[in-house]
Amino acid sequence: MGRDLPVIKVDQVFELAEAVVDGVDISGHWNRMFSQRSVTEYPTEAMDWVTSLDGGESLRDCYQCGKCVPVCPVNHVGDYGPRKLNAKVIRGSTLVDDPDLWLCTTCGNCYRVCPKEVNPLRIMPAIREQAVLEGKVPDELSEAFRNLQKSGNPHGHSPRKRADWVPDAGVPVPLISEVGRPVDVLWYVSDYTSYHARGQDAARAMARILTALGVDFAILGNEERSDADSARLAGETGLFEMLAEHNIETFRKYEFKRLVVMDPHAYNAFKNFYPKLGWEGEVLHYTQFLAPLVDRIEFRSSVELDVTYHDPCYLGRNNGEFDAPRRLLAAIPGVRLTEMPHNRANGYCCGGGGGGMWLDGFVADHVSERLSERRVREAVATVGADATGVLSVACPYEPSRFEDAVKSTGNDGKLVVRDIVELIDQAMQPPAH
Amino acid sequence: MDYVVLLKQVPDLAEELEIDADGTGLDREWLSFVASEWDEYALEEALLLRDQGHGGTVTCLALGVEAGEVDELLATCLARGADRVIKVGSFEAPPDSHTAAAAFAGALAHIHYDLILTGVQAIDDLDGQVGPLVATRLDLPHVSVVTHIGLAHHHTTVTAHQEYAGGIVAEFEVQLPAVLGVQTSRETPRYAPVSRIRQLMKTATIEAMAGGSGAGSGLVIEAMAIPETGSSAEMISGNTQAIAERISAILAERGIGTAVTR
Amino acid sequence: MSGDILVIAEHRDGAIIDTTYELLGRANALAGKTGGEAVAVLLGSGVAGLAGSLGSAARVIVVDGPGLASFSPSAYQAALVPLVRERQPALVLVANSGSGMDVAAGLSAALDLPLAAYAIDLTVDGNGPLVTCQLYAGKIQAKVRFAGGRGIVTAVAGSFPTEAGNAAGSPTIETLAPAATDDRIRFVDLLRPEAGDVDITRESVLVSVGRGIGELENIELVEALAAALGGAVSSSRPIADLGWLPRTRQVGKSGLRVKPKVYLALGISGAPEHLEGMRGADLIIAVNSDARAPIFSVAHYGVVADLLDVVPALTARVGG
Repeated sequence: MGRDLPVIKVDQVFELAEAVVDGVDISGHWNRMFSQRSVTEYPTEAMDWVTSLDGGESLRDCYQCGKCVPVCPVNHVGDYGPRKLNAKVIRGSTLVDDPDLWLCTTCGNCYRVCPKEVNPLRIMPAIREQAVLEGKVPDELSEAFRNLQKSGNPHGHSPRKRADWVPDAGVPVPLISEVGRPVDVLWYVSDYTSYHARGQDAARAMARILTALGVDFAILGNEERSDADSARLAGETGLFEMLAEHNIETFRKYEFKRLVVMDPHAYNAFKNFYPKLGWEGEVLHYTQFLAPLVDRIEFRSSVELDVTYHDPCYLGRNNGEFDAPRRLLAAIPGVRLTEMPHNRANGYCCGGGGGGMWLDGFVADHVSERLSERRVREAVATVGADATGVLSVACPYEPSRFEDAVKSTGNDGKLVVRDIVELIDQAMQPPAH
Repeated sequence: MDYVVLLKQVPDLAEELEIDADGTGLDREWLSFVASEWDEYALEEALLLRDQGHGGTVTCLALGVEAGEVDELLATCLARGADRVIKVGSFEAPPDSHTAAAAFAGALAHIHYDLILTGVQAIDDLDGQVGPLVATRLDLPHVSVVTHIGLAHHHTTVTAHQEYAGGIVAEFEVQLPAVLGVQTSRETPRYAPVSRIRQLMKTATIEAMAGGSGAGSGLVIEAMAIPETGSSAEMISGNTQAIAERISAILAERGIGTAVTR
Repeated sequence: MSGDILVIAEHRDGAIIDTTYELLGRANALAGKTGGEAVAVLLGSGVAGLAGSLGSAARVIVVDGPGLASFSPSAYQAALVPLVRERQPALVLVANSGSGMDVAAGLSAALDLPLAAYAIDLTVDGNGPLVTCQLYAGKIQAKVRFAGGRGIVTAVAGSFPTEAGNAAGSPTIETLAPAATDDRIRFVDLLRPEAGDVDITRESVLVSVGRGIGELENIELVEALAAALGGAVSSSRPIADLGWLPRTRQVGKSGLRVKPKVYLALGISGAPEHLEGMRGADLIIAVNSDARAPIFSVAHYGVVADLLDVVPALTARVGG
């Protein structure tokens, strides 16, 4: 046995000279345990640097088991996964100059299966923040940051146009500043729902549903600013905090029992991050708010649609809500619900999270197809057999992402994309003649 | 090489512009201000020339205008890497280009510079562009619509490309000190992180200097108006297919798109 | 002090540029009202022959000197300042071009003569000259007068017809040497863009893309439409700046001026710099998702829609 093996240094070795467990004697080297092992054949500066960042600590825990790789949505269209990032850092890269830094959508599927709880949802923003501080951020993304900074929304539209969707809603939509009394529900509409044409369709549908249910609600209108949760995950913590300060100051002006949001990203921000910044309250995603009320909705027609549901990463896997949207869909007359193979906790990311919404051009250079295109193919395979297939969604990023993907994958006519509120609204109308 | 960049803010065009009650100016109530795009290119070029060239300093000057966020503009310049920022003079509303040029020229008498860069134009330049106005006041040569700046080994000249229609470009050798009106920078203006800007707004030194005074633009605005838009186009509506049908019919009327092969 | 209207002629490659003719035509129309004549000012070296192209002016002042062989802002300024100071015209008209901006603003500061920039119209009435200027990317128009009744105007290309200025005639020609020189800006060379495969100024159908195209890959869709229509693809400035199409396809103030039978403006907002390059097209159809895009003010037909929907549908209809 004269083989020359490299000496692997370990941080600590635990070994009990005498150990008897459940009557079994495992004294000596049978109970040897190693603590976190630094692979010191390589310089450790990069790993030391990443783990010194607030949120970067868990990267060192990876032991390269590879469970994260098959569940990473980006790996399905490229060569990716936390294991690869860990290996790069071990070999000396801080990832700050690496395009791989920007491909992670923070969907969380890796964290779900990781036996060591390596958490890219904290690691990626930590490293990205450093990249942003060094000015190393893709142009598309910095454009969104600039717009958020200037106008409180990623598109750069005037904040004064945030409630422009209201006049065509067909029902009154009260502004909390004009209501002048406490309300039950402050409805936080969010960026894409307020400004994007397809988001506005969902906004109007939701307004009609809330009105039909007699909910005491109001919106912030022009006082509303982005939750900027995706900007936070893309490395702009300062921007997130600046907008949070503004939103919290606005929330504090008014009295309301519950905050109901359209956007799972806003849900994530308000529920999980705003408390540290000084605001805490009852936050509900709109599906959670409507599900208990669904029996009170008066449906007048049957939609007759084959529907599948896309679990948004930030409502489903990362915040644990899988059932409320399904209860709503099950209650809509004429919805024939079929699950896609990747559903619930194993849902397949649309690619919009973690800043991905503003990195499509950049990402396209590094992957074989967009995550949203892959997901649309899955939806078509599930419900696209005839012209009644619907991909239902509960996140305002989705309609534009998936509708683009339907076109670019050549599936126009096989699948339409509808927010759940649009389906509810449709079933509330009398049958079309 | 000591670079000076002259910057200003202009109304953000994402907001609807409205005319004031007099009918001779913009209603300022709902204006929000952003850095003038071309001034950002000028700053980016200055930073790149300093860092990729022969070193030096970048000093940013902006007029102390109450309307808008000049402090944030200057903090952003520092966040992007400028060495020094100076607020010049004090104005309630953004002044015209001639007044601005006089103010800057006054301050520049107390600053050492080899090259002054500013945006070639701004969207509110009713009375002309600040670059040549400042240059002429200081008896400096000036070149506008500059799309490329090249340093020389000595620091007595620079190469400047001036762009004309049709993409034609004139290459000049310009003696320093000089003023260049920048049309575009070789890289997109770098991003300044919000946390750094906020930090700098709290901690950085923004110097103040008196500006020079001048006679102003000599223009009298009789009226300002929003031109009627969309009134000339006949709008086509309907679903995508209906639109495509109508457009192809309009083209076919002119013999276009009917079984044309190339 | 005179009632003359001076037009500073701009020339390149031995020819007078169109905007100079636009200004000459306007000067001719207005000179009577200012009580003077339309006077063209031509600077150069050995350009007496070129003066013949300025026939529609009443007079031509040729400033001839070796330092003026090519345009240089400093040389032109040194020659023009004393001339304008001496002649004291009612108006000085300059094209709002790459060189015009230097000339006009330099004159304004040197002579304390007011300057009205981005003019799209110029008239003279009982109260003197009235200039209509375009501001805020075309969103606002301002009507201005000069406090002293005389001043400098830089005009946006395409504001006036060229025909009125491009007429034959026999103006009086006065030749001078420049009163002063300034060689601090030395002309080195004229660089032209690489000749592209397509000369968009010769195409009768142009399918033009702007920022609304979204991503590089979408340009294929537009190329398919252009092919189906027997035309070529052109673009606004941002697309050329991104390198998505060659500079030779760029339409606008710093690109090419085109006058096709059909100009399809897709995802182009219609900033004044772009409109300068294409407003003369016979038929302009604009597709833009923003109902308030300024392009609709020059288009003959407009569609408020996503071009990524309209383009493939149109290509299919016209048999692409």
